[in-house]
Formats: sequence, C-alpha cells, structure tokens
Amino acid sequence: MSERKPGAESTPPGDSQLPLFEVFVQEKSGAAHQHVGSVHAADAEQALQNARDVYARRGALLSLWVVASDAIVATTPEDSPCFFDPAPHKIYRHPQFYHTPQGVKNL
Amino acid sequence: MDAVESPERRAAFEARIAAGEVIEPKDWMPEGYRRQLLRMMSQHAHSEVVGMLPEGNWITRAPTLRRKIGLLAKVQDEAGHGLYLYCAAESLGVSRDEMLDALHDGAARYASIFNYPTLSWADIGAIGWLVDGAAVVNQTLLAKCSFGPYARAMLRICREENFHRRQGYEIVATLARGTAAQRAMVQDAVNRWWWPTLMMFGPPDAESANSEALMRWRVKRQSNDAQRQWFINLTVPQANAIGIELPDPELEFDAESGNWKSGAVDWDEFRRVLRGDGPCNHERMAARRRAHEEGRWVRQAAQAFEARRRTRAPREISTTPRREPAHV
Amino acid sequence: MSAGLLETVASQPAPAPAPEASGALETQRARFEWLLGLADDRLILGHRLSEWCGHAPILEEELALANIALDLIGQAQMLFELAAETEGAGRSADALAFLRDSRDFRNMLLVEQPNGDFAFTIVRQFLFDAWDLPQLEALCASRYKDLAGFAAKACKEARYHLRHSHGWLLRLGGGTQESNRRTQAALDELWRFTPELFLTPVLPSMSSTSDASEAHFQETVRAALSEADLTLPDAAPFPALRGRAGLHSEHLGHLLAEMQVLQRSYPGAKW
Repeated sequence: MSERKPGAESTPPGDSQLPLFEVFVQEKSGAAHQHVGSVHAADAEQALQNARDVYARRGALLSLWVVASDAIVATTPEDSPCFFDPAPHKIYRHPQFYHTPQGVKNL
Repeated sequence: MDAVESPERRAAFEARIAAGEVIEPKDWMPEGYRRQLLRMMSQHAHSEVVGMLPEGNWITRAPTLRRKIGLLAKVQDEAGHGLYLYCAAESLGVSRDEMLDALHDGAARYASIFNYPTLSWADIGAIGWLVDGAAVVNQTLLAKCSFGPYARAMLRICREENFHRRQGYEIVATLARGTAAQRAMVQDAVNRWWWPTLMMFGPPDAESANSEALMRWRVKRQSNDAQRQWFINLTVPQANAIGIELPDPELEFDAESGNWKSGAVDWDEFRRVLRGDGPCNHERMAARRRAHEEGRWVRQAAQAFEARRRTRAPREISTTPRREPAHV
Repeated sequence: MSAGLLETVASQPAPAPAPEASGALETQRARFEWLLGLADDRLILGHRLSEWCGHAPILEEELALANIALDLIGQAQMLFELAAETEGAGRSADALAFLRDSRDFRNMLLVEQPNGDFAFTIVRQFLFDAWDLPQLEALCASRYKDLAGFAAKACKEARYHLRHSHGWLLRLGGGTQESNRRTQAALDELWRFTPELFLTPVLPSMSSTSDASEAHFQETVRAALSEADLTLPDAAPFPALRGRAGLHSEHLGHLLAEMQVLQRSYPGAKW
C-alpha cells in the first residue's frame, strides 16, 4: 500500500502488558483526590478509559486522574529520618508558643 | 535500597510486624518475606484470571436476562480483582509481563479449584456460594495482612465480592425449590464442588510448608485448618436452610467444640490436580495462552501507535469523534 | 432475492396474535416490532461481546468489553419491557429474549456477525456506535415518555462506547502494519452490512425528529477512517437479507441455540 501506512518505518515493538499508570479518584465534592490503584495502558487517553472501566464500576465518582507511574517521585525509607524527623522541638510552629494578654479571646 | 540482611535489620523488621505496623513496598524486608508475598499475590492474581474461564463458560447460556447480567458482572469483577492483585505484586518490582510468563510457562500456580469443569448451570450457583464463600473467609483475613498493597487490594476485593456469594446462594436456593430436574442438577453440582472447595484452604496444618513463617509475619492470620473449620461452620446451616445435602456422611455437630466435624479430605486428589493432572488443567492453560498469543498484535499496535504519536510533529490526536453530537 | 420475497416475509405474523384488523392495532404492532428491533440489536451485540469474557487481549480490556456488554444487555432488558407493554400480550422480557426463534428476531445483521479477531469486534462496535449515538440523541426528544427516558440514559452509555471503539479504531488503524491490515479487512467485510442500518424508517410515534442520522453516521465514519489510515470501502449494495424483517445470516440460529438452551430444555422452569 502507500508509504504512509503505519508501521512501514519500523519493526513492531516488543510485546508487553503496556505501561503502568496510577489512578486517583475524587469521590465527593470538595474531597481530595485519592490514590486507588493502577492500570496498564498504551497512552493517556486509554489510561483514563481503563481507570474508568476498572475503578468506576460501582458508585459515582466526580473526577479521575491518571499519571504515568514512572513520573511519580517518592521518598525512600532512607530519606525518612532527615525528611520526617518529628519536630516537637520546633514549638514555634504551634499556637501555644505565643502568648496573648489575659482576657483576649478568639485568637 | 540496601538489601543486605543483617540480624539487626531482621530483628527491627520482626519488631515492626509484632507492633502491628504495615510494611510498604520500599521498606526493608527480608528476602523470604518478599518472596512469599510475591508468590501469594501472583498466585492469587492468576487464580482470579483463570477463574474467569469456568464461570465464563456459562455467560452465553445464562437462563434469564437477570442471570446473564449478574454473571457477566461477576466474572468482570474477577478480572478486576486479578488486575488489583497484579498491581499489588508489581509494587515489589516484578512486572505483570514476568508474572504472566511464569503462568504461561507453567512455573506459577493458581487455585486448583478452577481446574474443575462447570457442567451445568447449577455449577455457577455452587461456585458463587461455596467457592466464593471460601474465598471470602480467606480474603477477609488477608485484608488485615501486614503488607500494605496486598491488604488494600483485599479490602477493595472484599467490598466488591460480597454480592458474588449472595448471587451464588440465590441461584442454588432457586434451583433447590425448582423442578425435580433442577433439584437433581443443584444437588449434583454441590456434590462435585464441596470437596474441592474444602481443599482451597490448603493442606492440613501439619503438612503446610509455609504456614509457620507466614503466621509470624502476619501475612496469614489463621491456619488452613482453622479457616476450613470456620467455613464449614458457616456453610452447613446455609445448606440445611434450603434442603441441600452436603456430600459428607461423617458430617456431625460436635456440641462440645461448637464445630461441625467433617470426614477426611482426599489429599491425593488435591496433589494430583495441583501437579497438573486435574480435569481441566490442560484446557485452562491452553485458553490463557491462546488469549495471550492472540492479543499480542493488539498490544503491539497500541504501543506502536503511541510511539508514532510521540515522535511525530505534535499533530492533534482526537480522542473523540470529530462530529459534534446532534442537538435535539 | 427479490423485494417481493422480503415483503412477504416482513408481513409474516410473529408468534403472538397479530391483530390485522384496525389501523390503530396495526400501529401498535409496528411499534412493538420497532421496539423489538432496537432491543434485539442490543441483546445480540451484548451477547457477542460477552463471548470475549476471559479471552480479551489485555486484562483492562476484559473490563471494558464487559462494561459495554452489560450496558447493552441492560438496555435490551428495558426495551423488551417497553415492547412487551406495547404488545400487551403478557409476555415478559425474558420470554421475548429466550423464547423467540431466529425468524422472529429483529436485530440487524451487523450485530450478529461472529466476533472474529479484536479488529473485527472493534470495527463492528464502531459502526454500531456511530449509528446508535445520533439515533439515541434523537430519541431523547421522543413524545413516548418511557422511550425518551430510556434514550436519555442509554445516550450517556453510547457516548462512552463510541469513545472506546473510536479510540481503538485509531490505535489499530494507525498501529502496526499487521493491525492496519486486520482492521481494513474487518471494515471491508463488515461494510456490506451498513446499508441495513438506514432501511427502517423511524416511526413518527417514536421519534419526532426527521431522520438525518445517515449523514451523521457517514460523517463520523469518514472522519475516523481518514484519521486511522483506513480506506472507506466501495458503497455496499442493497442488502439481500434483512434482520429487521427476520431474515438473518446463518450465525444467529447458532447464537440463539446457545443462548436459549436452558429455557428450551426445561420448559416452564424458574431460574
């Protein structure tokens, strides 16, 4: 057929179960999107459709996000000590650190 | 992540487990824990997907529209559950491709119950009531297991699976009060599915190779025998309520323990089916391999399309047909 | 086959008593048959899609195909109920689905064609969806309130179905040489069933809008095919068989034999 025909330039890609996407759903108005799981898909639109078919089978959802799994950057357990050291000594972040004159309310 | 196993790391891990903490994929874990979880999650995922075949066998013959829709929705759920579980297993760094290769090569196992044939419509009822009933017992416990992704997948699955058991029981109960032919059909199905269902909980505790470590790691929360007993106790009254006889002449209520005592399971049969010599092992694997082979060009096409789109000058690829919907 | 034979066949009575006497009753009969056609399309196509269960190319697509099948069979169930009500002979939706023979089925030939490969299933689905959506959009304005209610719900489902089949059509047409070849072959094979989509006029009692759906269909198909690197086949000839008249391909009988086996084998049993 014509030169334009798909795949003429290259050999077909190797087989795979397609790239992985993470799925986030918003269940209620005003609620944050929450991670519910993953789907495999060839492209973003398909990931969105697959997420709908897999995670919206029951109950109404308000919104769906999909994001390529390899686009997520995450901390490792090794990061935890320096990232998340609880900060009880940083009392200046807490309202009790600051004094107000007696009798003043709603502060 | 450093994977070196030192006694200190091990002890810290065991202490986390003992404190009831949940382990996440990037946390340090002993190689044995990781291996066991991968084995369990991938086996569980394979079981869901292979399990679609015996039930799918009756979708096109379901006797009413309601039954057709109910069964299709149920088998669709099995696909969804397989999907959740593969994803949970993938969190440990093994791809679904690798897991499927292991299934198709015969290296991975799946629940041997799905190597039995569905010979009549009543089998669909028996599977929903008994097989899903047994699965619910097991999965309710797994929803509290120590590995986060597995527990979360299980929680979702348990929520969705509740209708399966009720659907199965409704089918069985309807047949049990039906015509003589239907009653015979449903009794025959229960006769064939009862013992394989009891085998689903795995070999007796004394012979269960993995149990001890899995219990300590809080992956498994109850022993095989305890789960089996729990299931029998739940099921006997349900059978009695609709006049179905369970095919075990030794079944007897033991007032002292409050348990229904059952006869001996034929563990030779269990091992035979597990080895690959069950009634439908060959057919199940052939069907899975065929679907995989016949789907290859589709998966390749989808990837090639996306690869072309990415390399091409940014031409707008529409995701919906160009025509505006007719406004009426 | 001559048009004369088609006429004869089309007017053959269905198993229920076919009132021929008054104009009003004839209209009722025509309405019943028209609703049945709409219902049968959905039941048969849903059934075909359900045959994929356990055999789809990838796990995610198992869920997608089952969702569409469930939508279509659900739609069929609603339409059977409307049809049964219109007929007024006390037949249930299940009786209409499971106790009619192939000569009494009114679905179009397109939907009864066996699944073939995934490209065949997608092209069949795309052609159906491209036809179905504008039809349902028009029916939303039906003066027959129950039908308009049905269409409003079905419309949302159909819009998603079209998005799904259209997406795959682009991927398969524009994927690899093999996928393009398979998709073009499916299109060449199925195109001959498309003229039937526009042979049955919309009954005035069912839809108030004039029938512009063929133009919509052609436009949707033409745009998609050009985007998907596929070639529109030559115009198909006037169909030799017509499902709306109960003249089916040989495939339908086998499908029904399977689908109806329990109802036929155990007459009168409850399930």
